[in-house]
Amino acid sequence: MAEIGLGRNRIPRSAEDLRRIVKVRWKSLRSRRTRASVLAKVSALTRTTAVRLSALYLLLFAVCALALVFYVTAMSENLLRAQVKQAVDNEVQLLGQAYRNGGITTLVRVVERRSRQPGAALLTIAAPNGDILTGNVESLQPGVLDHQGWTQIPFRYQRYTDSDSDATHTAIARIIQLPNGMRLLVGRDLGEPERFRGLVRQALAVALAIMGLGALAIWFFVGRRALKRIGRMSAASRKIMAGDLAQRLPTGRSGDEFDRLSQSLNTMLGRIESLNEGLRQVSDNIAHDLKTPLTRMRNKAEAALASGGGDEDYRLALEETLVESDQLIRTFNALLMISRVEAGSSAAEMSPIDLSAIAADTCDLYEPLAEEEGMNLAMAIEPGVRVKGNRELVAQALVNLIDNAMKYAGDAENTTIRVSLADDEEAVVLSVEDGGRGIPSEKRDDVVRRFVRLDESRTMPGTGLGLSLVNAVMSLHGGRLALDDAMPDEAMKGLRVSMMFPKKVDA
Amino acid sequence: MSETADDAGQRRKDVASGQNGPTLSGMRVLVVEDDPEAVDYLTRAFKEVGIVADHAGDGDDGLLMASEDNYDVLVVDRMLPRRDGLSMIAELRGKGLDTPVIILSALGQVDDRVTGLRAGGDDYLPKPYAFSELLARVEVLGRRKSAREAETQYRVGDLELDRLSHQVRRAGQPITLQPREYRLLEYLMKNADQVVTRTMLLENVWDYHFDPQTNVIDVHISRLRSKIEKGFDTPLLHTVRGAGYMMKADA
Repeated sequence: MAEIGLGRNRIPRSAEDLRRIVKVRWKSLRSRRTRASVLAKVSALTRTTAVRLSALYLLLFAVCALALVFYVTAMSENLLRAQVKQAVDNEVQLLGQAYRNGGITTLVRVVERRSRQPGAALLTIAAPNGDILTGNVESLQPGVLDHQGWTQIPFRYQRYTDSDSDATHTAIARIIQLPNGMRLLVGRDLGEPERFRGLVRQALAVALAIMGLGALAIWFFVGRRALKRIGRMSAASRKIMAGDLAQRLPTGRSGDEFDRLSQSLNTMLGRIESLNEGLRQVSDNIAHDLKTPLTRMRNKAEAALASGGGDEDYRLALEETLVESDQLIRTFNALLMISRVEAGSSAAEMSPIDLSAIAADTCDLYEPLAEEEGMNLAMAIEPGVRVKGNRELVAQALVNLIDNAMKYAGDAENTTIRVSLADDEEAVVLSVEDGGRGIPSEKRDDVVRRFVRLDESRTMPGTGLGLSLVNAVMSLHGGRLALDDAMPDEAMKGLRVSMMFPKKVDA
Repeated sequence: MSETADDAGQRRKDVASGQNGPTLSGMRVLVVEDDPEAVDYLTRAFKEVGIVADHAGDGDDGLLMASEDNYDVLVVDRMLPRRDGLSMIAELRGKGLDTPVIILSALGQVDDRVTGLRAGGDDYLPKPYAFSELLARVEVLGRRKSAREAETQYRVGDLELDRLSHQVRRAGQPITLQPREYRLLEYLMKNADQVVTRTMLLENVWDYHFDPQTNVIDVHISRLRSKIEKGFDTPLLHTVRGAGYMMKADA
């Protein structure tokens, strides 16, 4: 009991203290900086994931704790009440014995004696009209004596021993009607279970308060740490956005989620940097390859004007200018097409296409030209081969390959260009072979890049973009481009360029 | 794209001499384009071949003028102020107007072409283009109303093509053609007396929409020509320099 009293007094006082402390700190905060900035900081903290998660956990935990406390108090109250009832029953049995032994007088004597003993037991004998004759109860809540048996709900009463006449207690009791109409009340005070309940509730309040304060502290430290790291990452990314692609996000040694994020972002930045480098190279190449014909065009026009020749000279110069500008437009178109294909913008127009038909149509388109040029266009096309793709792009790619083959097939008489389509085990292969000089293996990666033309072919007409487009088209189709020797054993090794389409997975 | 100064001049002379007269003179074209220089160039070039060309500077004006329905062909730029070309065409089609439309676009890639035609365009020409290419396409579109599609027999001079039996005869003698050669001739005869460009042939006979970089088409034409003209005095398949080809019985 003493501990309970102490606890009762202490908790409100410390809560009061807390309030005072908080108030003081809040005031001092206000004096140092504006309340708005503090609020902003707090709201930034509450927006961090850690804080949100811990708030959720706190809520969940509090609910569980409440449920547990209510369960425990209800259970223990039941237990206590059962004990109380047991004690009352024992008392009733004892008094019943006394009544049977000595009648009403013995009963009254026993009641008087027992009610003087200290304890929680309540004993009263009342007259049939309800007046209290003897016992340790001074007054009862009206109506308690009217029903026999256990009182349905706890009732209030006053004891003789109460110094304060207003003090009331609650109790439960059993009422027994005696044969002469008098009533016997045997009961127990309920103060103890109630104090127990109060104790548990206070403990709960304290626990919740401590939990709340702890959570606030954790929010503050965890959240602030997270914000600080995010701040450092943001600063680094601002530098990167400002153009310093060599900048990397800071990583710690802990290997936590922030570090993993930073690491993968850094990997991405590395990739972007190398792509950017590639892009710069391409734009340098573009600048060079577009400037050259532009300069040539300009020079021709200037020379024609300076020569002061007649209409015929002017006409010739203009015609040459048109031819040059057509070539430039072609280069532009090819470049645009490559970048569009690489960006995957044609992806929407992918559909099942008959590769055999495309190969046959394209060969049919080029066969007369090849014959005219003294070449032989041979076909080995497996029928009915279908892949998912874009018909126009695949046809354009094949045209580029046949075009290349015809250009580089060498001056050999009766050279054969072989177009073959095979549905192999691991890929659908559409390849074009020529009997030309071939490309040394160490240069094969280069020729796929934009504007790369081998020295031997510099004099040939062309944009240097043909294979780049084929490569881009193959990437779009999820396949790849393979270059190898057509005839490895011959002096003229020839070149075989193969478009490898992935096998249909859902076929 | 390969029109030279010489070819353009030649073409205009042809027109002046009345070779294309019946097709072109009196044709009305609406050019919807916002670049004043391009408009100036186009309207002048159309006028020189006898085509009446009006112009609208933005999509709303274009829609208003085209709605009057007294044009044979609309030439519509894709990127226009106020209302873009595609939505203008879609609006016209929604109103039930079926004037043939040729879309000009600086985008000019495979997928853009498809979206252009889906919006209701009849033909698509990527910028920059040669005027001869545009003119040939405008001619073909402007004539489409006469619906040669329904005819079962084409005839140019003494050359006959039966579209039902796929038989070709010249002066009564049968000519054997490969399937592709037949389709080439069919397209040329369907558009007889009109210039047909190499790009149009590649589009309509092979269904490929890219720039035939080499002279692939020329070789096909010369093969076809040798089949239909060998042993006959009058040429029927003419080369229009810098522009393309034309089936025409010499009058």
